[in-house]
Amino acid sequence: MTVSDELRRTPLFETHVSLGGRMVPFAGWEMPIQYSSILEEARAVRSKAGLFDVSHMGRVDFRGADAASVLDRSLSVSVPGLRIGRARYNIICDEAGGIIDDCIVYRRDEQRFLLIPNSANTGAVLEWVSRWVSSADDVQIDEVTTDLAMIAHQGPEAASMLSDLTPADIASMRPFAAVETEVGGVPTLLARTGYTGEDGFELILPSDAAPDIWRALMDRGAVPCGLGARDVLRLEAGLLLHGNDMDRSTNPYEAGLERFVNPDREGYTAGEALRRARDDGVSRRMVGFNMVGRGIARHGYAITHGSEQIGEVTSGSHSPTLDRSIGLGYVPTGFSAEGSRVQIDVRGRSVEAEVTALPFYSRKRSA
Amino acid sequence: MNPPELRYSKEHEWLRVESDGTAVLGITDFAAESLGDVVFVELPDVGSELGQSEKMGEIESVKAVSDLYSPVAGRVIERNERLIDNPELVNSGPFDSGWMLKVELSDASQLDQLMSAEEYESFLESQE
Repeated sequence: MTVSDELRRTPLFETHVSLGGRMVPFAGWEMPIQYSSILEEARAVRSKAGLFDVSHMGRVDFRGADAASVLDRSLSVSVPGLRIGRARYNIICDEAGGIIDDCIVYRRDEQRFLLIPNSANTGAVLEWVSRWVSSADDVQIDEVTTDLAMIAHQGPEAASMLSDLTPADIASMRPFAAVETEVGGVPTLLARTGYTGEDGFELILPSDAAPDIWRALMDRGAVPCGLGARDVLRLEAGLLLHGNDMDRSTNPYEAGLERFVNPDREGYTAGEALRRARDDGVSRRMVGFNMVGRGIARHGYAITHGSEQIGEVTSGSHSPTLDRSIGLGYVPTGFSAEGSRVQIDVRGRSVEAEVTALPFYSRKRSA
Repeated sequence: MNPPELRYSKEHEWLRVESDGTAVLGITDFAAESLGDVVFVELPDVGSELGQSEKMGEIESVKAVSDLYSPVAGRVIERNERLIDNPELVNSGPFDSGWMLKVELSDASQLDQLMSAEEYESFLESQE
């Protein structure tokens, strides 16, 4: 079996190759890890704007009179309460409260929703949500991943770059607003969302139009960015990555995501387990830490206190924006307070680290 | 792109013999490019004895950690201290400002085991 034969390509594959993107396998897709330099790309997003192909993420369409109530059984925050033209971050937990995935749900109409799971989890999410659908439900569920492309356009100048490409009133769009509009004449679901900690947009549009819109945004100064920069930026912003920082062995209270959970809803399939996690408390917590000594923490490194291992690093990197080494990991709650000192085992070398508040980086907001 | 006056190893280190017989070494442009942005370099202390093809340090990019191997045996007489605070020099000038160590060779005949620039380029092509 050759893995490369099975890798999927997004509608922007040829664009990436022609721009010199270094293509790597990622969650079953062939994706650009970087074009020029991860650090330069990350800086472009913080200072002006960058473009990311996120077409590998799943896109699942839900329609019907019961679409809202079907989603409400599996998502962590009330779906019927979501207004039309809004998006919301959600977590999908199993009956034990373990995290199957995190995702964004968009309400496009009274009876129409779009769900965006992580690429590696799209199948698991579909299977989980479908499990709680009965024959009496009026709902149509369709995976539309390949029909649509998805471009993330992120950075302080993203709004001004987009403004002459779309009739949408960009200035009036608040974070997590999602409007049905056109970009460059192409029908687009345009949302003020992202995964970088920067202002920006995500464009969901027909696959065949994606290369032209990508080029149009590049012409306005947006810098193509790969998965490498995306990972650094999301870590700086304290945003967790499913598969690295959380999975079915962790619950949202351990992961520090309780503000995205309402376990008290009737019919919520993870409600009982999550109420227990909330009421009984958890024994470990996700924390952010700064390296005090020299070295970079990586996924899987032990977090120690003295000679004892107390946890594990789930993400770590050099932060180009902050010019220091940062990381995430789980520690016993006794070590989760800001200022707690722990050590990271960096390939046999014990390096001092200090627990700090998340996010590591937050953008300056105008007005 | 690989300077003809240097010698090269299969681990993508380069080595330049100075007029006093000492050798300066670093990693090649190919290695730096493959690693991506270098953010951390750990080098042996001055005075350390290096064995040929033995691990002599670590180099870490945003993406990954790699070991550094000494292409020859020798004693470290100087190291590029600028790399501690400016590891990006490895990317911007792998063959000059990004040099790593200066060593006193234990056995100059080991130089014959290294490749010329032309041989190194053929080696790179054969790896593709």
